[in-house]
Amino acid sequence: MNENMGHILTVLIFLPLAGAIVLAFFPGNDAGVRRIALGLTAATFLFSIPLLWGFDVSTHEMQFVERVPWIPSFHIEYAVGVDGISLLFVLLTTLLAPICVLASWISVTARVKEFMIALLVMEAAMIGVFVSLDFVLFYVFWEAMLIPMYLIIGVWGGPNRIYAAIKFFLYTLAGSLLLLVAILVLYFAGGRTFDILHLMGQPYPATVQFWIFWAFFLAFAIKVPMFPFHTWLPDAHVEAPTAGSVILASILLKMGGYGFLRFCLPMVPQASRSFTKFILVLSVIAILYGAYMALAQTDLKKLIAYSSVSHMGFVTLGIFVLNAQGIEGALLQMVNHGITTGALFLLVGMIYDRTHSRQITDYGGIARPMPRYGAMLVIFALSSLGLPGMNSFAGEFLVLLGTFMTHAGLAVLATLGVILAAVYLLWMVQRILFGPITTSDNARLTDLGMREMAILVPLVLLVFGIGFYPDPLLSLMHASVDHLLAQVNAAAPLQLSEVWVRP
Amino acid sequence: MDALIPLLPFAAFVVIGLGDLFGRGFGPRAHWIAVPAVFGSLLLSLVAFGSVLSDGPHDLTLYTWAVSGTFRASIGIHIDALTAVMLLLVTIVSGLVHLYTVGYMHGDRGYARFFAYIGLFTFSMLMLVMAANLLQLYIFWEAVGLCSYLLIAHWYERPSAAAAATKAFVVNRVGDFGFALGIFLIFRLVGSLDYDQVFAELPKHAGETISIAGFELPAVTLIALLLFMGAVGKSAQLPLHVWLPDAMEGPTPISALIHAATMVTAGVFMIARLIPIFSLSPAAMSVVAATGAATALFAATIALTQNDIKRVVAYSTVSQLGYMVMACGLGASMAGIFHLLTHGAFKALLFLCCGSVIHAMAGEQDLRKMGGLKSRLPVTYGTFYIGALALAGIPPLSGFFSKDEILFRAFLSGGTGILFWGVGVATAFLTAFYSFRLIYTVFHGPSRVDPKVAASLHESPPVMTIPLIVLAVLSVTVGWAGLPVAGWNGIEAALGPVLSPAESSEPDSGLPAGQAGLLLPLMGVSVAVALAGWMTARYFYLTRPELPGRLAARAAALYRLSLNKWYVDELYDRLVVRPTTRLADRLWRTVDVQTIDEAVNGVGGSTLAGARVLRLLQSGQLQHYALVMMVGTFVILTVYLIAQ
Repeated sequence: MNENMGHILTVLIFLPLAGAIVLAFFPGNDAGVRRIALGLTAATFLFSIPLLWGFDVSTHEMQFVERVPWIPSFHIEYAVGVDGISLLFVLLTTLLAPICVLASWISVTARVKEFMIALLVMEAAMIGVFVSLDFVLFYVFWEAMLIPMYLIIGVWGGPNRIYAAIKFFLYTLAGSLLLLVAILVLYFAGGRTFDILHLMGQPYPATVQFWIFWAFFLAFAIKVPMFPFHTWLPDAHVEAPTAGSVILASILLKMGGYGFLRFCLPMVPQASRSFTKFILVLSVIAILYGAYMALAQTDLKKLIAYSSVSHMGFVTLGIFVLNAQGIEGALLQMVNHGITTGALFLLVGMIYDRTHSRQITDYGGIARPMPRYGAMLVIFALSSLGLPGMNSFAGEFLVLLGTFMTHAGLAVLATLGVILAAVYLLWMVQRILFGPITTSDNARLTDLGMREMAILVPLVLLVFGIGFYPDPLLSLMHASVDHLLAQVNAAAPLQLSEVWVRP
Repeated sequence: MDALIPLLPFAAFVVIGLGDLFGRGFGPRAHWIAVPAVFGSLLLSLVAFGSVLSDGPHDLTLYTWAVSGTFRASIGIHIDALTAVMLLLVTIVSGLVHLYTVGYMHGDRGYARFFAYIGLFTFSMLMLVMAANLLQLYIFWEAVGLCSYLLIAHWYERPSAAAAATKAFVVNRVGDFGFALGIFLIFRLVGSLDYDQVFAELPKHAGETISIAGFELPAVTLIALLLFMGAVGKSAQLPLHVWLPDAMEGPTPISALIHAATMVTAGVFMIARLIPIFSLSPAAMSVVAATGAATALFAATIALTQNDIKRVVAYSTVSQLGYMVMACGLGASMAGIFHLLTHGAFKALLFLCCGSVIHAMAGEQDLRKMGGLKSRLPVTYGTFYIGALALAGIPPLSGFFSKDEILFRAFLSGGTGILFWGVGVATAFLTAFYSFRLIYTVFHGPSRVDPKVAASLHESPPVMTIPLIVLAVLSVTVGWAGLPVAGWNGIEAALGPVLSPAESSEPDSGLPAGQAGLLLPLMGVSVAVALAGWMTARYFYLTRPELPGRLAARAAALYRLSLNKWYVDELYDRLVVRPTTRLADRLWRTVDVQTIDEAVNGVGGSTLAGARVLRLLQSGQLQHYALVMMVGTFVILTVYLIAQ
């Protein structure tokens, strides 16, 4: 059906990668580098849009598939494709890449070329992660992401960047290793193949399922991040430059949720089902605990980082309630979190560019000198607290609805998180925008310019578009989510007694 | 055509808002867009009203909002008689407030922004009343709350206004927490959120229980109570009333439109709209009635002593909303809606009059600095008087008929009904008293006005006084739509088919024999009580103006209790606000920083130390990353192979 767009996914991966290589030999000045990077990311975004038109919503099968043997002796292929679970992440990535370039336009002044190369490599790797259908290919991209991100934090970060970069690296590396082990085990247990689709729905022995589940769980829980594996996130965000924070919050965290949906549920459904309660409880803890943490913060980036922990709690909650509302809500919540939290980090970056402070107490009353900034911050704060008519509401509502079907008590607790979100976000708005101007420097702040508005306006449109009419996005997911649910719910939960019996 | 009713104000919001955000904006000309839009909406509402009364309900699905699994919800327009009267209330009051705003907000730097937001509010409120399912109701329920937030924070540079806005939103969120859970529970039982389906299916689940966190709870009662929690927040009932008086920080036109006539009545509207659900649970209905009655009396006792002109009217609003909620709880939602309509007229009038006084006094709101204004503000005085008479329940003004209807229904509802009637009568006395306390302290007696202000005292311009006069006429006449005389009760004729089939008690067509005889005596009691309140106020504030001070000194404890609003805010601060922030801070320091991070740093430190040792072995060349990866792989593969 989509033969006429045969190599679209390959183009999306290799366009930024090729661009990065070209850029490395580009002799021009920083301004030229920025323009080339913007052009490349914008082109990648434009090339990704046909995915939407060509996508067939009636099937759960992978689409736009390409398969080329890569290392035949180990049955390793270059295999890519998208379905209703990965499609939106690809688009989110291509949308945010040019935004990240624009956000770094003036705030990154040192080693501009290297920074843009890191961003482009990052983009290629992230798209690769979401479209890989071969486990080795997937793992290559998964690890390849880590290095530019490490560099972005460690080279262009704040004063405490080395600590933050190493913390980020160690946490995610720990997860990656377990993932690699799980992949190797699956290779042997699943018939000597790295084909992701083939590895789904295999009757793995109970013990194998058990250990693979825990390897997956740790790898993805750290990425999400779930409580109590979340403490790398606030540090990484605080030290990362704006574009780093945006990528981290909007895309990297989604890899955890994506991993649960793509690998954990369909490959080890029995083990997944037997530990749902455990993950649901951790999710609710993350929702409430993250919200409480956000309440205690005085640093804007930490506040938003902890709010991410809370919001991503809704994602894991929705995934593991294992019904259509929960999973579709979780997917939508991931997209929405990418848009909204990305925008909030952009807004923090914009004010930081002007004042070099992220401390809430340094602000107050800046809606007067910066009315546009005020409007934008209010819009994204309201979006983040799940105001109906804006994007996040749709996802959170579906997740909570789905949770209430089977775990009413947990849904009640999770819904409390929605109250807390209003408290910490509106309190933040109140302390930054409202009240009298406290310093003469703040009174002279200049409002958002055209470049900054150009960054934010597309995100605002998405906030309201998805909020008023989420159905088009949901309809992209139905077939794949139904198929996934059928895979999972066909499996009986694992009995722990089976695990300990040696085969 | 019906779709244009909400879309016109929405278009005004978009145009003015975008102009303000991106261009030079419309500035002082914003009303040329906003006012025609809302009056267009008013005209279309009149058309819809006529057509609905003659031809029956309108139904139009605009689009499907979302489908997921078995969940499906649409956005649409549903107009029946109940919606139609709400449309008229909203568009009329909004239209008059738009006009009034032209004068009141003249010269304000946020003039265009203000018009944009009241356009957004009008749109949201209209969509709320036109909902045909719980999801749309909830979406616009929170949207009107957003507008309330934005407009309370209009003068955001005032810390008190900023704090009041946050408080309003958060307190409403607490109520909406319950509302949302109620919706989830309905979906779990019924599998749909459409009113029709829910009303048809829910009775089948009447006896069921649901297990939540180990507790077996009666499902339908729980649903009703959870939904009611939303109404308690929105309609400022005990114990979530605390946001409404603070909301008076917003400009006065907003107090009239949002915080008196329309948005705060959404809770009452919701109970009436969902009365088929509520009437399934007598227990929930009792809670509703008791909450309403308690709020009515409680808020009235506070209104007695407040010194801020707007706060008196605000507590009066809380109290009157209590009447409406009580009526719904007693199975007389029609009387509740009737009072909602009359109250919409006279309370909007009272607030706009307050605005006119404040405008004349250059922003002064303290009653102790007013007095003797009647000759300087004749139109405001006259219309304020009419508003006070209506609020006090003096016949034949509108407030009398609707309040009397509620008291009458309370008396007839049997059992504890007489108690509710008693609370209602007591509140009516207090209401009349504080209404005329306002009149006498603001307009009569010697002037206590600051001489500087006194020199510039002036009646408001016609663009403000004309809305006052129109609302005064409505405050007199709206009540006549619901005369308690067979054949003359337009309210009953219109709303009866919508509201009474599900009403728990008697069919509303005519009164049962034996009860009709009670109508006149009870009416006599209502009139007598209202007159008594009025005359007491007259005695206290005109005849013996030194009395209130002496009484306050004599009953100092009671006086302080009322003046300090029963210390509810202080209580919340101690029990909720401060413990929450303290807990957050403690948790962060002990769990995140001290426990988890210490553990991670310990692991990280030992890894680095280990790597340093290994690096020595490998002459320092090997990448840390690759090494850890390989070692880890090896170890775990070994474990796996051994396990095999």
